[in-house]
Amino acid sequence: MAEPPRSLAPAPSPAPGRTVSAEERIFVASQWQLMWWRFRKHRLAMVSGVVTIGFYLTVLAADFLAYADPHASEAQRSLMPPQPIHWFEGWRFRPHVYGVKGYRDPTTFRRVYQTDPTHKIPIRFLARGFEYKFLGLMAMNRHLIGVDEGLDAAQTIFLLGTDLQGRDLWSRLMYATRISMTIGLVGVTLSLFLGVLLGGISGFYGGVADTLIQRLIEVLRSIPTIPLWMGLAAALPRDWSILQIYFAITIIISLLGWTELARVVRGRFLALREEDFVISARLVGCSEMRIIFVHMVPSFMSHIIAATTLALPAMIISETALSFLGLGLRPPAISWGVLLQQAQNIQTVAISPWLMLAALPVIVAVLAFNFLGDGLRDAADPYGH
Amino acid sequence: MLTYIGRRIVLAIFTVWAVSVLAFAIIQLPPGDYITSYIAQMAVTGSIVSEQEAENLRIQYGLDQPVYVQYLKWMAMISRGDFGMSMEWRRPVTEVIGDRLLLTVVVSFAALLLTWILALPIGIYSAVRQYSFGDYVFTFVGFIGLAVPNFLLALVILYLGFVLFGANIGGLFSPEYQEAPWSLAKGWDLLKHLPIPALILGLAGTAQQIRIMRANLLDEQRKPYVVTARAKGLPEFRVILKYPVRVALNPFASTIGYLFPYIVSGSIIVSLVLSLPTVGPLLLKALIAQDMFLAGTIVLMLGVMTVIGTLISDIILVWIDPRIRLEDT
Repeated sequence: MAEPPRSLAPAPSPAPGRTVSAEERIFVASQWQLMWWRFRKHRLAMVSGVVTIGFYLTVLAADFLAYADPHASEAQRSLMPPQPIHWFEGWRFRPHVYGVKGYRDPTTFRRVYQTDPTHKIPIRFLARGFEYKFLGLMAMNRHLIGVDEGLDAAQTIFLLGTDLQGRDLWSRLMYATRISMTIGLVGVTLSLFLGVLLGGISGFYGGVADTLIQRLIEVLRSIPTIPLWMGLAAALPRDWSILQIYFAITIIISLLGWTELARVVRGRFLALREEDFVISARLVGCSEMRIIFVHMVPSFMSHIIAATTLALPAMIISETALSFLGLGLRPPAISWGVLLQQAQNIQTVAISPWLMLAALPVIVAVLAFNFLGDGLRDAADPYGH
Repeated sequence: MLTYIGRRIVLAIFTVWAVSVLAFAIIQLPPGDYITSYIAQMAVTGSIVSEQEAENLRIQYGLDQPVYVQYLKWMAMISRGDFGMSMEWRRPVTEVIGDRLLLTVVVSFAALLLTWILALPIGIYSAVRQYSFGDYVFTFVGFIGLAVPNFLLALVILYLGFVLFGANIGGLFSPEYQEAPWSLAKGWDLLKHLPIPALILGLAGTAQQIRIMRANLLDEQRKPYVVTARAKGLPEFRVILKYPVRVALNPFASTIGYLFPYIVSGSIIVSLVLSLPTVGPLLLKALIAQDMFLAGTIVLMLGVMTVIGTLISDIILVWIDPRIRLEDT
C-alpha cells in the first residue's frame, strides 16, 4: 500500500533506433511515472521503502523465519544470553553455535551460562521444526534455520537469547513483528476512513459542518492522548480474546489518530474546489459523488498515501506504549510492546540487556516509515519544482 | 485581539467540558459500579454488605439515576472541591494525588523550556551553517529524537546510567528528600534531578522545532531585506538576529500549543520508566486496580492542565504575532 500501484514499473527506455531526449520523455510520462522518477531521487526514501517491504515480508513469513515455538517455555533456559553464529569451521563454511551449559550460582541463586567452544551445534538451513501453516494455507514444518532433528533440549540455538520464561527471543520477535506491523495497518485504515470522511465533509461543504469538525479536531488535539488511551484500554473486559483486544486497541488508537489525516484531506479539498476541472465537472452536471470520487479523489490520492505512511509510525508507537504499560495486548499475544514489558525493570535489563532488543525494530520501522512518507510526500506533487 | 482571545477562551471551556465527559466515561466504562467494587473490597476484609445496605449506598451515591444525572452530580461534587474517595487508598482522591500534579507540571514545563533553549540556537546555527558538519550532526540527532519513542529512550538512558555509573538515575529527589517537607534544599535537589527527564521528554519536540526553525530561517535568509541589511554593512551576527530570526520565530512559536499536550502525554509513560513521582504511575495503578474516581480525576486534571497551557501559549502567540490580531478583527 505504501507504493502507488503502477510505480514499480521500470522507467520506459527510449525505443531502439530512435533517440528520445529526456525532456520529451517527461512530456509524455503519466503522473504515476513522474512520481516514481521523483521518488527514486530520494535515496533515503528508496532505502526505507526496501526496509518497509522487508518488514512486511517478515509479517508474511514470520513462522518460516522463526525456528522455535514462540510459546514454548523452559525454566532451565531462563534469561540465556544470545549465541553468536560462527560461520566457518577452519576454512570450511559450516555455520554453528557453541553449546552452552547452564547452572545455578550457589551464592546468588541466579542462573549462569557458560559457553563450551568444544561443543559445536551445527545450524541447518531449511531444517524441520514445529508445524505451521505457511501464509495460513499450506501446512509446513520447514524453517529458514534450525538444528538437526532428534537432538535433546540442550542442543538448541537461541540467536538473541531467551526471556525470563526461557522462550526464544528471535522467534518471538518474528511473531511480534506480525502483530505490531499489522496493528498499525488496521489502525491507519480506520483513521484513514474517519479522516477522509470528516476531512472531506469539512473541506467540500464548508460552512457549519467545517466549523464544527475543525473545532472537534482542535479539541482532540489539545487533550493529552496517552492518559485517555490508558483509560479506554483499561476499561476493556479482562476476559476478551486476543482478537477482540487486538481490534479494540486499534479502534482506540485510531479514534484519536485521524485528526492529522482529516487536516490533509480538508486542505486538498479546499485547494481543489476552485480548480477549473472541478468547476467544469459541476457545470456539466456531474453528481456530487461523481465529482468527489471520480474527479477530486484521484488527484490527491498520492497526498493521502503519503499522509497515511506518515501516520503509521504514530500508530505503531501507540500500540507499543500501551502494551508496554500492560494495558494493550496482553500475553499470550506477542507484540513489540509485550516483549518490551519484560525490559521494564532496570535490574532485569542490567543483567540481561538483550531483552531491550525488541526496541530496535520499533525504531527502525518508525524511521523507515518517516523517510518513506517524506519521499512520498515530495513525490506526490511531481509538477512542483 | 480581544475577540481572538475571547474565542480561544470559549474553545478552552468547551474542551474542558469534552475532557470531563471523557473522564466520566472512563469512570463509567468498566463493568459494575463504585458499589460493586466497594462490596468486593469489603468481602476481602471479611465484612459482608447486605443487599439492603448496597441499595442504600447506591441511592446515597445516586447510582440508581440515569447517566447524565450521575454526570451532573459528579460535576457538582467536583465544583465543591470533592473528587470522591480512592477505593484502593481509602483516602480522598485529592489527598492521594497530593503534590504529584504539581510535579507533573514542573517536569512538563521544564521539558518545554529545555526544548526552546536547545531548539532556538541550534535551529539558527543549522540554518546559518547549512550543510556544515554541525548541521548534519544535529539533523541526525533530530531524526533519532523523532523516531525513538521517549519511553524507550528513557529505558536506554536508564540502562546506560546503570552500566556506566552504577547508579539509578531515575526519580526526581535524592532519597533523603523523598519524604521531606518542601524546603529550599529540596527545591534545589529537584532542580538537580530535572535535566534528564526534561531532556528525554523534550527531545522529540526539540528535533521537530529545530527542523521548523531551520526551514523558516532558510526561507527568510534569501529575502531582499536581509541582503539590504548586509549591504548596509551590519555585522553578520546582527543581520541574522535582528531581522530574519524575529520573523522566523512566529511559526516556531505557533507549534508550542500542540507541543504541550504532547509533552504532558509523554510524561505519563516516561515517569513510569524513570519512576518519577508524577501522576503517571498513580494513573496506571489506578486504572489497573479499577480505582475509577482516582483515574477519572487524574485524566480530568491532566486535560484541564493542558488546556490552560495551550490557552496561555495561544495568548502569547497573539502577543508576538500581530498578523493573527489583524486576521480576526
